[in-house]
Amino acid sequence: MGLNLVVLVKQVPDTQNITGDAMKEDGTVNRQALPAIFNPEDLYALEAALTVKDLYPGTRVNVLTMGPPPAVQVLKESLYRGADFVALISDRRFAAADTLATSYALKCAIEKIGNYDMVFCGRQAIDGDTAQVGPQTAEKLGINQITCVSEINNIDTDKKSVEATRSIEGGFEIVKSGFPVLLTFTDEGYVPRPPSAIRMLSYKNASTEVSTEAFDESYMDGEMSGSAGNNLQLWDIEAINADVEGCGLSGSPTKVKKIMSVVLTSGDIKMVDNDMGGIAEMVHELIADHTIG
Amino acid sequence: MSTKNTVMVFIQQDDGIVADVSLELVCKAKELAGELGAKVSAILAGDKLDAEAKRVISYGVDELFLVEDKRLAHYTPVPYTKVVRDIIVAQQPQIVLYGATTTGRDLGPRIASNLKVGLTADCTDLQIGDHKIKEQLYKNILYQIRPAFGGNIIATIVSPEKLPQMATVREGVMKIVEPDASYKGKITKVDPKLEDGDFLTEIIKRVREEKRVNLKGAQIIVSGGIGVETRANFKLIEELAHVLGGEIGASRAAVDAGLVSQPHQVGQTGTTVRPRLYIACGISGSIQHRAGMAESSKIIAINSDPDAPIFQIAHYGIVGDLKEIIPQFIKAYKAKA
Ligand SMILES: Cc1cc2nc3c(=O)[nH]c(=O)nc-3n(C[C@H](O)[C@H](O)[C@H](O)COP(=O)(O)OP(=O)(O)OC[C@H]3O[C@@H](n4cnc5c(N)ncnc54)[C@H](O)[C@@H]3O)c2cc1C
Repeated sequence: MGLNLVVLVKQVPDTQNITGDAMKEDGTVNRQALPAIFNPEDLYALEAALTVKDLYPGTRVNVLTMGPPPAVQVLKESLYRGADFVALISDRRFAAADTLATSYALKCAIEKIGNYDMVFCGRQAIDGDTAQVGPQTAEKLGINQITCVSEINNIDTDKKSVEATRSIEGGFEIVKSGFPVLLTFTDEGYVPRPPSAIRMLSYKNASTEVSTEAFDESYMDGEMSGSAGNNLQLWDIEAINADVEGCGLSGSPTKVKKIMSVVLTSGDIKMVDNDMGGIAEMVHELIADHTIG
Repeated sequence: MSTKNTVMVFIQQDDGIVADVSLELVCKAKELAGELGAKVSAILAGDKLDAEAKRVISYGVDELFLVEDKRLAHYTPVPYTKVVRDIIVAQQPQIVLYGATTTGRDLGPRIASNLKVGLTADCTDLQIGDHKIKEQLYKNILYQIRPAFGGNIIATIVSPEKLPQMATVREGVMKIVEPDASYKGKITKVDPKLEDGDFLTEIIKRVREEKRVNLKGAQIIVSGGIGVETRANFKLIEELAHVLGGEIGASRAAVDAGLVSQPHQVGQTGTTVRPRLYIACGISGSIQHRAGMAESSKIIAINSDPDAPIFQIAHYGIVGDLKEIIPQFIKAYKAKA
């Protein structure tokens, strides 16, 4: 028996290659200044879903992302790897969403898919490292969650339950939950598969119709225009039946007050000669001020 | 929502023992409450926790809400969300703090989502200050300070419009003060309103190794980076730590290279430490490493590159090959002590 799975993914700026002008004055991220990548842990969530699909033929893997039009790239990569359906949740009114507003929009989109057994997502995204969107979405859906999953051990399709190993401080837990349940994945238990060349060819020109009212032109991306593809859809606020107030800035209780680049604090350093004399003198000082005993 | 003047801490317990981070948070809550003229309250849920409840109070809690139920012995998300949410709704604190542990980061977001309030993840500092949104001035609100973008920036987040203001806080960054066994706080027992249908997670197995590496409690830490190069050379780090009576630390690069195991890692994705003495050997001093050790009282840097960033936060700098310097250090110490 096949399962109906939803995978939440995010396109993130590659924070390991930060340049100086990555932050805008209002504290939001200037994504253009950084290369955009598939959030690493989300690839593990996708891999977990595709592994379930390999084991239970007939399983449907739906991938959702919320973001500006260029984020369609992570959806295409999901199709290349084996996803059955992907949707980009995109609307200017989602701009400046914090984790709460994001989880609200994702909840609406998941409910639009409906009838799901499990929702998978990465534990956290490397741009924010908050690990909040998964649990916040589960709460809004009113379902159980298993966070920090390294691996799914077993699925019982008759009893509709899943058993998974989750990482905790200094060890692990093996837990079981019935469906529906949301799982967040770490980068421990799977090896994400590469895109399939055949699927890449068949989806190369996949594109979706953009309702232009939703965007201004500057927000558009060449890749988004063209003819509609059934397994790649664009959903705006109306499409997911979301309440405008709950989205974007108005649905976001947290505000960025200040951003500081990390600067080195240069203290008064004492340079020690790298010979026995210098080192012995330092040791003497450290003993005298009781730093070492 | 009219708000009572309290700073509340969610107290995490694992196998009936309160987590250190929760005690650190009580101490921080006490400090914030002092500035706000507020009281400190706490939530502790589990089974048979009387003694631990008293211990928590001794760190400065004025009122502790104790929820005892066999089914709450181990943390699971849905029942804990209900219990904690109900107490927050009834008590209306202005601030709620959680440890940024697997448990705190599992629970906090669910509470925030349920109450539609803000939550800032993994804070490394909390302060009180004012903030203006449009023409409205919010006085004495919580500044939630955290690294973001892989540690490249420090962001101050505020969420004054809807209370409570909530944050998860990193383990090891808040100072713990001596408990006072005579501290007068009261324990209020709360009956949880839970149904069998709330217990959706079945814990089949739980394996926790007691951390043999005690970085957080160490007064002296000798850390090795990738500059140590080999496992054989890493013995030098171990030997120096041993003679000084310290613990062994490491950079992530050293852990990744297999020179030493992960529990020894210091930094943003490792342990945050603030020992009396931190000796960094063959560690360049990346932002992520410094995030976990910059608060050390004294820092000695041993590095062959005179321009290594670690020297900019060190109190003593020795430029040279650690393979030559560490044996001299050991010899000098043995001669003096
Ligand atoms: C999101 C994120 C999280 C991270 N979290 C952490 C973390 O928690 N902790 C952490 O440490 N890192 C973390 N890192 C990695 C961090 O960016 C650095 O890569 C790492 O700290 C470098 O380790 P290192 O100093 O040992 O290595 P290097 O930067 O390569 O430095 C090695 C140093 O050794 C010196 N050296 C070489 N040979 C000798 C010798 N014979 N004698 C003396 N000196 C010598 C060199 O001059 C050099 O300065 C994180 C990175 C990211 C992106």
